[in-house]
Amino acid sequence: MSAADTPAAPILTAQGLVKRFGRVVALSGADLELYPGEVLAVIGDNGAGKSSLIKCLSGAMMPDEGVIELDGQAVHFRRPQDARAAGIETVYQTLAVAPALDIAANMFLGREKRRPGPLGSILRMIDKPGMRRSAQEAVQKLGIATIQNMNQAVETLSGGQRQAVAVARAAAFGSKVVILDEPTAALGVKESGLVLQMIRDLRENGLPVILISHNMPHVFEVADRIHVQRLGRRVAVIKPDEYSMSDAVAIMTGAATVAGGA
Amino acid sequence: MAVDVVAADDTDDQEIAADAGQEQGRGNLVSSIQSVLHRYPALSPALVLLAAYVVFTFLGDGRFARLDTTGRMLQQTAVVGVLAIGQTIIVLTAGIDLSIGVIAIFSHLFMARLAMNNGWPSILALLAGFVAATLFGTLNGALVSKVKLPPFIVTLGTLNIFVALGLIYSQAREISGDDLRGSGNGLLVWTGKTISFGSLRITTGVLMVVVLYAVFAYVLSNTAWGRHIYAVGDDADAAALAGIDVNRVKLSAYAVAGLIYGIGGWILLGRADTASTNNAGGANLDTITAVVIGGTSLFGGRGLIWGTLLGALIVTVYNTGLSLAGVNQDYRTLAIGILVIVAVAIDQWIRKARK
Repeated sequence: MSAADTPAAPILTAQGLVKRFGRVVALSGADLELYPGEVLAVIGDNGAGKSSLIKCLSGAMMPDEGVIELDGQAVHFRRPQDARAAGIETVYQTLAVAPALDIAANMFLGREKRRPGPLGSILRMIDKPGMRRSAQEAVQKLGIATIQNMNQAVETLSGGQRQAVAVARAAAFGSKVVILDEPTAALGVKESGLVLQMIRDLRENGLPVILISHNMPHVFEVADRIHVQRLGRRVAVIKPDEYSMSDAVAIMTGAATVAGGA
Repeated sequence: MAVDVVAADDTDDQEIAADAGQEQGRGNLVSSIQSVLHRYPALSPALVLLAAYVVFTFLGDGRFARLDTTGRMLQQTAVVGVLAIGQTIIVLTAGIDLSIGVIAIFSHLFMARLAMNNGWPSILALLAGFVAATLFGTLNGALVSKVKLPPFIVTLGTLNIFVALGLIYSQAREISGDDLRGSGNGLLVWTGKTISFGSLRITTGVLMVVVLYAVFAYVLSNTAWGRHIYAVGDDADAAALAGIDVNRVKLSAYAVAGLIYGIGGWILLGRADTASTNNAGGANLDTITAVVIGGTSLFGGRGLIWGTLLGALIVTVYNTGLSLAGVNQDYRTLAIGILVIVAVAIDQWIRKARK
């Protein structure tokens, strides 16, 4: 099931990414490969450069050095919109949903659909029923049974449901890669289960996922491969069935090393 | 295996849904009122307006309920009403504009003087007034979005600057409506032209205000720009991550508000029938009062433009009603002050309904 077993070409690669903030080096030659149809977890201690790595991939930050390739083509994202246009959708830890707007509005926030004909082109009228329908479809595709009414304001949803909306949005628009930054950090057990199931569903739908998480049980539950980031670079890529959680933590903190680790 | 997991999750989902249901169910009458008011933000000002109208109708000597009184109240509300559209847009972005009134004042002085003293055709003078107001609004917007200064400070500063510009430019000289009409510039005071429906007398300016409310109600709820105004005020970081250019939305909000103040200047010129730096003195704070009573949150992201119109009308209705009931000016001001505080308290209470 894991595509990492097959020597398929990676869909997204990063090579030698360097990012400095003054004298602080956030990334010192970080690499990453993501293969089609896999869930790649990225773990690392605070300050290991996980966020910077992800921000480079999602266009929120530009690396000082290094190459990012999507489908074998070098890409240069200047803004999150560039990454999004290329098919990389990111769900940020801070959720990026507007609480007072309804689910459908949030789903299409920043890329509203317009009505066809003069209503859309001259009066700039947005297609509310159409967006509501698409939102409903996206939510149904991910099997989120608790969200029924697309006119509901996001603030009336639980934390897990909000996260579900954000993931559904990413899934609906992400044509190549979905990046989830700490999606279960603020959630309870049940809600985390819902989000982990959504991650599996994304993989079933053929979308590769990069999952950044501190939560080892969650990582080991859904990841096909685990990218370990330490001191601004990748120190190992391990498979969850070959290593234990304590091994992973040891590698993460530098207490252990992996032969052949990058 | 996947099927099992899905099934297990479904029961979880139902439990979560049940939890949510219980929370709502816990609510008695009070909290369901709370949640209805939360869902329809214009409902509470509408009820307040209705109640005030009914009370004043039975309280006084019958003058309040007459159509000519209604017409007069609508005319009195026109200037604050139109300016409050701009204030609402800015407050929705979590900003505030203290320079509203003075922008309108400058623009109406500018229109009148260009036409009278510089001999511009009235249509060009009118457009120049709109352009000036839009530029002033854009300046506010640039200071807020580019220089990243707090809107309160920016508009406090520009308030003084625009007041001074108005005084310097006009040399504190007034231009009367008769002068404008006499010189063939009737267009500039056209907004004060009376339209009668029996004893209900309104002005073209009043109609323009209603049309503008309809236009901006449409724009705010049915265009992407309108949605972005709400999103930026609701959570600017979330809006930026969703791909919205927050600075551009803010800049455009202040610019559009500026244009509205320019139109407000035209309506002011018709209403006052004179171009004077003394006009519309209290407009700044009155628009904020209207916005707040209308249920728009000063923290941004929440509110309806129609609520603002209702808020502006409530102030006029209170003033007129109390005045006709023989309450003197000092106590009327006191009453409006209490009204504002009660409105904000109710707004907070409604917001607490859903967390």
